[in-house]
Amino acid sequence: MKTFPSPEVLRRLSFGLADVAVILGTLLLLAIIARLGAGALVSFKPPEVVPAIDLNPANLPYYAGRSTLRMFTALACSTLFTLIYGYIAAHSRRAERVMIPLLDILQSVPVLGFLSITVTGFIALFPGSLLGLEAASIFAIFTSQVWNMTFSFYQSLRTIPKELEEAATLYQLSYWQRFIKLQIPAATIGLLWNAMMSFGGGWFFVAASEAISVLNQNYTLPGLGSYVATAIAAEDLPSLGWAVVAIGVVILLVDQLFWRPLIAWSDKFRMEQSASATIAESWVYDLLTTARVPRLVSIALTPLSDAGNGLLSRLTPLRAQADMGGGQRRGSDRLYTLALLVIISLLVAWILHFILTTVGPLEVLKTFGLGTLTLLRVVTLLIIATLVWTPVGVAIGFNPQLARTLQPLVQFLASFPANFIFPFATLFFIRTHISIEWGSIVLMALGSQWYILFNSIAGAQSIPTDLREMASDMGLKGWRRWQRLIIPGIFSAWVTGGITASGGAWNASIVSEIVAWGASTLTATGLGTYIANATAVGDWPRITLGISMMSLFVVGLNRLLWRQLYQLAETKYHL
Amino acid sequence: MIPTVASPTLITVDQVSKHFPLPDGKGEFTVLSGVNLTVRSGEVIALLGRSGSGKSTLLRIMAGLIPPSQGQVLSNAKPLRGANNNVAMVFQSFALLPWLTVQENVELGLEARGMKREERHQRALKAIDIVGLDGFESAYPKELSGGMKQRVGFARAFVLEPEVLFMDEPFSALDVLTSENLRGEIDDLWNAHTFPSKSILIVTHNIEEAVFLADRVVILGANPGRIRGEVVIDLPRPHDRTHPRFASLVDYIYTVMTNPEIEVSGQPAVAVAPTPPVLSPYARPLPHVRVGGISGLLELIVDQPQGGDDISRLAERLQLEVDDLLPILDAAVLLDFAQVSQGDVCLTAIGQDFATTTILRSKDLFRQQSLNHVPVLSSILHTLREKPSGSMRADFFLDLWDEHFPHEEAERQFATAIDWGRYAELFEYDASEDRLYLPATPEAS
Repeated sequence: MKTFPSPEVLRRLSFGLADVAVILGTLLLLAIIARLGAGALVSFKPPEVVPAIDLNPANLPYYAGRSTLRMFTALACSTLFTLIYGYIAAHSRRAERVMIPLLDILQSVPVLGFLSITVTGFIALFPGSLLGLEAASIFAIFTSQVWNMTFSFYQSLRTIPKELEEAATLYQLSYWQRFIKLQIPAATIGLLWNAMMSFGGGWFFVAASEAISVLNQNYTLPGLGSYVATAIAAEDLPSLGWAVVAIGVVILLVDQLFWRPLIAWSDKFRMEQSASATIAESWVYDLLTTARVPRLVSIALTPLSDAGNGLLSRLTPLRAQADMGGGQRRGSDRLYTLALLVIISLLVAWILHFILTTVGPLEVLKTFGLGTLTLLRVVTLLIIATLVWTPVGVAIGFNPQLARTLQPLVQFLASFPANFIFPFATLFFIRTHISIEWGSIVLMALGSQWYILFNSIAGAQSIPTDLREMASDMGLKGWRRWQRLIIPGIFSAWVTGGITASGGAWNASIVSEIVAWGASTLTATGLGTYIANATAVGDWPRITLGISMMSLFVVGLNRLLWRQLYQLAETKYHL
Repeated sequence: MIPTVASPTLITVDQVSKHFPLPDGKGEFTVLSGVNLTVRSGEVIALLGRSGSGKSTLLRIMAGLIPPSQGQVLSNAKPLRGANNNVAMVFQSFALLPWLTVQENVELGLEARGMKREERHQRALKAIDIVGLDGFESAYPKELSGGMKQRVGFARAFVLEPEVLFMDEPFSALDVLTSENLRGEIDDLWNAHTFPSKSILIVTHNIEEAVFLADRVVILGANPGRIRGEVVIDLPRPHDRTHPRFASLVDYIYTVMTNPEIEVSGQPAVAVAPTPPVLSPYARPLPHVRVGGISGLLELIVDQPQGGDDISRLAERLQLEVDDLLPILDAAVLLDFAQVSQGDVCLTAIGQDFATTTILRSKDLFRQQSLNHVPVLSSILHTLREKPSGSMRADFFLDLWDEHFPHEEAERQFATAIDWGRYAELFEYDASEDRLYLPATPEAS
C-alpha cells in the first residue's frame, strides 16, 4: 500500500544516489554546526574585549550561520519549554488558572524591553566567555517565539476528542505512552505551524539582540544583526545590501531544508478521518523517504527506542483518579483563589511602591502620555495598512491562480526582518527631511503590515463561491458589494491579522522610534524611545515603568478592543 | 444462549448514583440515581434509553472511566478503582488514532501491557483476520470507509480478549446498509461461540437493534437516569426478525419508551394515570425539537389511512432513530396535537387541524396550545408583560433554567423555548442585544 506519494523521478533513482545525498547532507550539517558552535565557545572577556565585526561580505556566510544557530537553539528551548509548560497547564486545573493568564500577560510584554535585564543576568552567569551574551540573545529570540507555541500546544491538548482520551485510558496506556502516542501527535500540526510563524518573527529579534548597548556598555555578538549595526555605524550602503541578500537566502534555505520537509511529514497527524485534498510537497522529504539509510538507521535503533519507551512507561503507570467530594473541593478551591489574590495584590503593590518611590507619580503620567502617542502611531498604522492592503489582499484572494503564486512571496515578506530595511528608510528620511515622528509609523509598518495582507488573502479565499456568485447575480457592485459581502466575509481573518500586526507594531516601536545612521540619530517622542533610552543608561525604575506601561497598553487594547472584535467575528461573521 | 442464574457474575453495579455540580453552586444535577445491574457470563445485555437517561454515563462508570458519586462497581467481585482491566470498548466515533496504521492501532492495548513486539504482531494479525480486514494492516484509518474503521475498532477490542465487550452505540455513525451488515457479522460471531469475550454490553437507542442482539434489554428512564426495568428476549438465537414475537417485543418496548410513567414488567401493562408533581415551569424539560419537525411529522401521520400509525413502522419508514423520533412525539403529545398508546400514535382533532391548515392558522393553533400546555412559555410571557418596557435580559431566564439543569442543557432549553415562542409570535428575541421582547403590536389600520 502506497501511503506517501513521492515523485516517480526519485523512485527511479538507483537507491545509492538518494542515499549518497542523505549521507553527504548529514555530514555537511554536522561539520557546519561544529564550526559555528566552536566560535561561540571562544574565550572573551566582555565587556572589555568584544569580537570585532568585519564588513567584508566574504564573512557573511559565517555570520549568517552564527545567527541561524542561535535561532535553532532558541527553537529547541522553546519546544522543550512548550511541552513542559503546556502539559502542566493542561493537566492541573489549579496550575492552569495561574499559568494561562500569565501566558497571556507574558505574550503582551515587549520582548525588547527585557534585553537589559537578561543581558546583565546572563553575563554574570557565564563569566569569561561570550556565552552569557549568546544566552541573552537566544533568550530574546526564545521569548519572541515561545508563548505562541505554548498556547497552541495547550489548546491542542485541551481539544483532543474525548473518545480518544477514553480509549487511551481504557487500553491502559501509561502517561508516557499517552504523551507520545496521543498528545504529541494530536498537537504536532498546530505546533509546527505556530513554530514556523514564530520562527519567522524571530529573525527580527536576532537582529535586534546581537548588537545592543545596555547599561552604558556596547555588546556585540558575531552575527547578521551586528553586521548590519556595524554597517550602519560605518554608513556602508553596499554592505547593508549584501546583508539583505544574505538574510533572504538564509530564510529561503531554512524554509526549504527544514520547515517544508517537516510540514510534509506532519500531514499524517491530521485529525480528520478522511484523506486531505492538498498534500504539502517537499523535495527534501521525498529524498529522505526514498533513501534507505534513514529506514535502516530507524530499524537498527528500534530495540533501543523500545527499551526506552518500556522503561518510561513503567515509570509512569496509569493511576486511578479519586473522586473528591464536591463540597471539599469547593472549600479548598476558595482557599486557593484567596491565596492567589493575595499574592497578586502584593506583587502589584510592590511594583507600584517601587515606581512611585523612585520616579514619582508625575513620571507615570508622562509615560502614559508617551504611551498614548505610540498608541496613536499603532492605530494610524493599522488604518493605513488596512486601507492599502485589504483591497490588494481581496483581489489576490479572489483569483486562485494569483493567490497560489503570491502567497509564498507574502509569507516570505512577513518573515523577513524589517530591521534590515530600517537603515535604508532612515537614510531616506534624513535625505528627504521627513520627521521621524511620522517616519516611525512607516518603520513599524514595514514588519507588521504583511499580517494584514496575508490574512486578507486567506479571508477572501474563505468566502464561498456561491456567495460571490449570488452577489454578482443580485447586482451588488462597488461599495455595496464590500459592505454586504466582502467586509463581513473577511472580518474574522482581518481580526486575526490585526491582533498580530498590532502586537508586532508595539514591539517594533522600541526599535523604530529611535534609529541611527552613522553619527546622526533620529528620535521620535513615544513610549518606545522612552524604554530604549532607559535601557541604554540602565535606569531600572524607568525600565520597569516603561515596560509595565507598555504591557498595560497592550493588555488593555487586547481586552477592550480585540477581544470584543474577536467575539463579534466568532458569533456574527462566522462563515 | 440464555444464561442461568448460576452463570458467574462478571460485573456488579451496586446502588450507583452520579451527580454533577450545577453552575454557580446551585446544587447538583443527578444523572444516575440508585442503579443496580449485574452482567453475567454468557449473556448479551442492551442498555436502552433516550438521550438524557445516562446510559453512556453508566457504561463509562462500569468501564472505570468516570468514578460514581455514590455506590460501587464490582468487577470479578473486586471493587473497581480506575480503568476496568476486564473490559474493552468499541466507540461510536471509532476513536482510532489517525496517525497509526490499522496494525498499530490494534496493537495499542497490547503495547500498553508491555507485550513483546513479535507476539503482539501475531495477535494483532489474528484479530484483523477475524474482522475481515486482511490486507489492510498497513493502511491508515483515513483511507478506510466508516464500516471498515469500526471493524478496526472491534479488532482493537478483540485482541485484548476482554471478559466483557462494551459497545457504545457502535453502529450509529454508520449508514443503514453498513450497520446492518456489521451488526449481522457480530451476531454471527457471538452465535458461533467463537467470540473473544464472555459477555457483551451494548448501549443503544435503536430498539430493533437491542431486540436483535440482546438476551436482556435494560430500559433506562430519564430525569434522573435510573433503571426502569428489563425485558427478556425469549427467542432462540439468532433472533428472527420475522418471528411474530420479535415484532410484539419491539412494539412493547416502543410503548414503554413513549410512556415514561408505566412500569416495565416485561409484559404489556395498563398505563397508570400519572400524577406529575408540581414543579417550577423551568424544571420541566422541553423536548429539543423545532416546530418544523413537529408539523412535518404530523403531516406524515395525517396522511395515513387511519389517521394514526404504529410507532415502530413510522420509525422504520422515516429511517429515524429513537433519539430523533421520540422527542418529536413528546412535543406533539405535550402540545396535545397527538396521543400515544400501545405503541401507536394518533392525532387529536387540534392536531389534525394543525397538520392540514394554512400557515397563519397553524401559528394561531400553536400559540393557543403552547399557552395552555407549556407552562414555561406562559411564564416567560408573564414576566415580559410585567415589565413596563416589555423586554427582559435573556440571562434572567437562563438563570432560572440554570437552577435545574447543567449549563449546556439550560442553554438548549432556552434555545428551544425561543424557537417555539418565536414561531407562536409570543415574544421576540434579539440575539445581538441578548434580550427578549414582547412583539410590537401591529398598528391598527
